[in-house]
Amino acid sequence: MANKLQTIASNLLGWVDERFPLTSNVKAHLTEYYAPKNFNFWYFFGSLALLVLVLQIVTGIFLTMNYKPEASMAFASVEYIMRDVSWGRLIRYMHSTGASMFFVVVYLHMFRGLIYGSYRAPRELIWLFGVGIFLVLMGEAFFGYLLPWGQMSFWGAQVIINLFTSIPFIGPDVSLWLRGDYTVSDATLNRFFAFHVIALPLVLLGLVVAHLIALHEVGSNNPDGIEIKKKKDPKTKIPLDGIPFHPYYTVKDLVGVSVFLIVFTAIIFFAPEMGGYFLEANNFIPADPLKTPAHIAPVWYFTPYYSILRAVPPILNSQFPGVAAMGLSVVIFALLPWLDRSPVKSIRYRGNLYKSWLAAFVVSFLILGYLGTEPSNVWGQFDAGTIIVGGADRATVVARIFSLVYFAFFVLMPWYSKKDKTKKVPERVTA
Amino acid sequence: MANQEVDQSKRKFLIAATSVAGGVAVAAVAVPFVTSMLPSERAKAAGAPVEADISKIEPGSMITVEWRGKPVWIVNRNKEMLDTLSKHDASLSDPKLEVVSQQPDYCNNAARAIKPNIMVLVGICTHLGCSPSPKLQTGADMGAEWPGGFFCPCHGSKFDLAGRVFKGSPAPINLVVPPHKYLSDSILLIGEDGKGAA
Repeated sequence: MANKLQTIASNLLGWVDERFPLTSNVKAHLTEYYAPKNFNFWYFFGSLALLVLVLQIVTGIFLTMNYKPEASMAFASVEYIMRDVSWGRLIRYMHSTGASMFFVVVYLHMFRGLIYGSYRAPRELIWLFGVGIFLVLMGEAFFGYLLPWGQMSFWGAQVIINLFTSIPFIGPDVSLWLRGDYTVSDATLNRFFAFHVIALPLVLLGLVVAHLIALHEVGSNNPDGIEIKKKKDPKTKIPLDGIPFHPYYTVKDLVGVSVFLIVFTAIIFFAPEMGGYFLEANNFIPADPLKTPAHIAPVWYFTPYYSILRAVPPILNSQFPGVAAMGLSVVIFALLPWLDRSPVKSIRYRGNLYKSWLAAFVVSFLILGYLGTEPSNVWGQFDAGTIIVGGADRATVVARIFSLVYFAFFVLMPWYSKKDKTKKVPERVTA
Repeated sequence: MANQEVDQSKRKFLIAATSVAGGVAVAAVAVPFVTSMLPSERAKAAGAPVEADISKIEPGSMITVEWRGKPVWIVNRNKEMLDTLSKHDASLSDPKLEVVSQQPDYCNNAARAIKPNIMVLVGICTHLGCSPSPKLQTGADMGAEWPGGFFCPCHGSKFDLAGRVFKGSPAPINLVVPPHKYLSDSILLIGEDGKGAA
């Protein structure tokens, strides 16, 4: 009996394989995809990002069943989901917490790329697809934040769309075109809904597929930054330091998923607003086009770039330089593969010069991130008598200094990464 | 047919011609899609002028009316407020109103107004479009030097009681004075000045 069932199953698989490359794909991407055996903690965040993507899509689909993308009904429909729809509160908090957790895992995933040089040749395209994913993700977060139609939704969208107004010559027409009205209105809400639920998710999925195809073509990097494909078993042609992704890393990732879900559910159950960092208090007030909230701050994941925007003073009566600096601060990640001239990839074999710059960058990112959540007068002003900075907001001056460090990390990288004293990289992966 | 030599130049020409024709078609079809995102006819029609009754505004206070979905402030400035206007030119970015797009010609004067005491402003910061908060009184939480004006909570831009921006603000230029005219002593029409609609 068991034999007969096995025969039927293998016949069925054979029937499928003649018509669709099922077995060969499972081999290529799972059971015979050889990943370096020395993956550590930092290698959890790629698969976790995939998990959060699935969570966002599923919870998003269920939210659209009750949400109304119409200016006079949007706010009330979100409250309806929260109060009257069975388990609607849970699904909405999964989605809103998922947005923040998406950025948590993506920032950690990107940091992993930084420390182990995962953007270096031959993985430039993986990195570029990744930067594309990051940009689309920021778009998703921005468009999605308008949908609850609260005060922060409205004024956040107002500020971001007005960024485009500062583009020389075509700016005002571009922002009018984006809004579809003279002010953020029902037309804007309706199209942001379209972008958020269909246009950008399609682009995002396409980029994720491209990211993974490129990764599986060249193979994964590892904490030693060694190409495992250079040392293969002469008979089997399998990398000596490689192990099949399934079952070894699928099982490892399941542990990561379990721990992540514990944290994730704890946030949903006990602190879904995260003290105003995940969902801002002002967004529980319906949008009022005539009254700006006393303190506007973007959600935490945008605040480093927002700080840079605020730090750049207007030049020649134009605020475009600030907007350009903010755009550049995000896009500049794409240049990393060509800025890094170090002979080694991983931080394990780099010298103190690179390590100090990376530390300075991380500190800048965190301080700019913190300052972006606070008003610019949070630390008061310098005394009027102080040289150069007399009378200026302390926080603005600090933001300017750390904005310079942020850009210096990238701009000076060709110089310091080459000059850095590196250690010898071993032949085979360690530990 | 099968035995014939492939005419490469003919093939190249056909590929180029098909690509160009296809490209033109794609560009032409993009026009309606891109244009559909511009303000609709209904949105355009909603931009009509609005009337405001200014007889009830006490000297030293202000009201807010809505025009094209934006807040418009009408401030009845008292004598002390008007007196402060000329005293801080040195700390303003554009005290002489050189960026002429920010006010109609008939408001290009010291008070930026038709009647010196009645200030009409679009309450939208020229930085990134937030609505600044009125801080009409001198001093208070704005510091001892504050002459009265408006403070934008988003990025800290400061404006005086004529909507002129202070140096060091993120906002590059003065607040906009919308086109307006008096229908009578107490009724103001915002959005139209008889010199062509805005």
